[in-house]
Amino acid sequence: MKKSLKGFTKHYLNYTVIGILLVVFSILSIVSPTRTMADLLPSIIIAVIAALSLSLVVGFLGELSLGHAGFMSIGAYLGGKVAIALMEAGDFEATNVLVFVIAIAVGALCAAICGFVVGFAALRLRGDYLAIVTLAFGEIVRVIFTNSGKETFGGALGLDNEAQFLGQKRIYILIIIGMVLVLFTLFVIQNLLRSKAGRAITAIRDNEIAAKATGINVTKFKLMVFVISAAFAGIAGVLFSYSKNPIKADIFDYNYSIEILVIVVLGGMGNINGSMISAVLITVLNNRLTDLLKGDAAVYKDIFYALILILIVIYNNAPALKSFREKYNLKNLINKILRKKHDPSEITNDAARWDVVPTKIEMNEVLSTDIVIDKVGRGDDSADILERGGNK
Amino acid sequence: MEIIMTIINGLSIGGTYAMIALGYTMVYGIAKMLNFAHGDIIMVGGYTIVLFFPISPIVGIIASVIFCVTVGIVVERCAYKPLRGASPLAVLITAIGVSKLLQSTAQSLPFIGSKPKGITYNFGNLQIGSVSISVLTLITILCSIAVMVGLTLFVKYTKTGRAMIAVSEDRGAAQLMGINVNFIIMITFIIGSALAAVAGVFLVFKIQDVGTTFGAMPGIKAFAAAVIGGIGSIPGAMAGGLVLGFIEAICGMVPALSPYTDAIEFAILILVLLVKPTGFLGKKRREKV
Repeated sequence: MKKSLKGFTKHYLNYTVIGILLVVFSILSIVSPTRTMADLLPSIIIAVIAALSLSLVVGFLGELSLGHAGFMSIGAYLGGKVAIALMEAGDFEATNVLVFVIAIAVGALCAAICGFVVGFAALRLRGDYLAIVTLAFGEIVRVIFTNSGKETFGGALGLDNEAQFLGQKRIYILIIIGMVLVLFTLFVIQNLLRSKAGRAITAIRDNEIAAKATGINVTKFKLMVFVISAAFAGIAGVLFSYSKNPIKADIFDYNYSIEILVIVVLGGMGNINGSMISAVLITVLNNRLTDLLKGDAAVYKDIFYALILILIVIYNNAPALKSFREKYNLKNLINKILRKKHDPSEITNDAARWDVVPTKIEMNEVLSTDIVIDKVGRGDDSADILERGGNK
Repeated sequence: MEIIMTIINGLSIGGTYAMIALGYTMVYGIAKMLNFAHGDIIMVGGYTIVLFFPISPIVGIIASVIFCVTVGIVVERCAYKPLRGASPLAVLITAIGVSKLLQSTAQSLPFIGSKPKGITYNFGNLQIGSVSISVLTLITILCSIAVMVGLTLFVKYTKTGRAMIAVSEDRGAAQLMGINVNFIIMITFIIGSALAAVAGVFLVFKIQDVGTTFGAMPGIKAFAAAVIGGIGSIPGAMAGGLVLGFIEAICGMVPALSPYTDAIEFAILILVLLVKPTGFLGKKRREKV
């Protein structure tokens, strides 16, 4: 009984939580749509899907992408355009589910094609260089949409999607479909990572040459990750297009990509539930602080945000604070409260537990000499199996 | 005549980019990190010259360099030094945080605020034959040439410069040879920030409008320049800067291309990387198991 409960919490708890939230918020948004909810819930849903899809690239493939917002903007523009065209052609309402689904399919497909192209760059480049290419890709997409003709994508004024815009009264349709899509994203990504393909992807992250030597088709899996990640980013973009009017390309600049990256990093790279929780927390915090600090005071929010980010990253990564971290961390605290005993025989080999990601650039430097293997199979810290020995 | 104007414009824009790219490339070569906050150091330099310009232009330039160097040192000591030896991604995220922090702090200061500020100063034009060149453009070109020559000589012939090369080649071995790596990294940040300050001054005179995010775009483009030239290589940064400068000047001359300038520059960056992943002059790193 105990064992099956543990298996349940490990595999299905996140679905259950999202499912309950789905029901609660769907009812709430139909019964009493408030302005806060109409603002906040769509941004949370978009942030969660974007973070989940980016975490596939950053956390599991171990490549840095700074152009995730570019895929979202492709989804938003093309999905939005298709939705508007369909609504005009068939005289549909914005709440038409079929149009919504077609828009999502188109947005995901277009973004996936771009993901395939960027994935090709990932075959030749890695680490910082790939990061630059993705950044450049995002900027190119932004410039092209900003300079598009008035008839096609609205140019600098943005795509006028009044027909598609849901507003406060009809936002429930976005919330229901969005939450279902969150479940779908989670289902696809979680199952992908637990499949053979997922093991191959994490193997490529941990050591590409070794992965190749064991017969893993690196080309196939790298392209696969980029395509899937881009497709889900495109879906997030389509959701965005339903919640904002007009759609402006300037929103999807590299700052937006960085915001998503920050969510993934703060959630713990290679940790799916962490990414989702941090997406929710950061979006809510952002929204609350924006409401609290109006006008000139709004800038203090940014200062606070930046400081927190720097401090958290330093605290989590500074080599000097390592022993301190091991002594006082959330996991130990929870174990202490639950009075759980440390069980060294337990070996977790769940890919989702690997939260220290050596990126590929580092591998170049590190591989030849610096891998110190210790603590193999220490249940709670499987992340530390590959412990990098300081600074070369 | 248009060709000559394009060449001169290209040199001036390219020179500015090269100066910023040098900061990026040196920090990358020596500290092995992407300093995303470099563009915001340009912004700090820009605001300093705007604030001090009414007193005296020379005071403004000196103040701008001193202030940028101070900010550079503080950032390096407080944010990057604790993370030495941590994963590059962590350092990159911290740099992004520092970039945001500098932008929002600048915005929160009462004498800066959220509205763009600027200075208008007419340097006048120089008439050579039938070509009229702005004196500012000439100063930019001369200054960037001087900086490049000076930096190359510094790195090649001084003890500190050679120590910098040593650290970028192999940090561990350099440390064993008695080089103070932390000191060298600090020197790198000082030089990088000073160059960013000078570039910031030129950009302010050219754009005449400073907002808190004004360093971001030149920063990213200079970064692209550094990558095109081969990141980590000093002549590479100069070459990359000039290439981007010429592309921008040519695009500026053709009305059909000018809205797409940024996209073209980034597309060329992607092409160069796909054809020659290490950039024009970058060194190839062998991967070992």
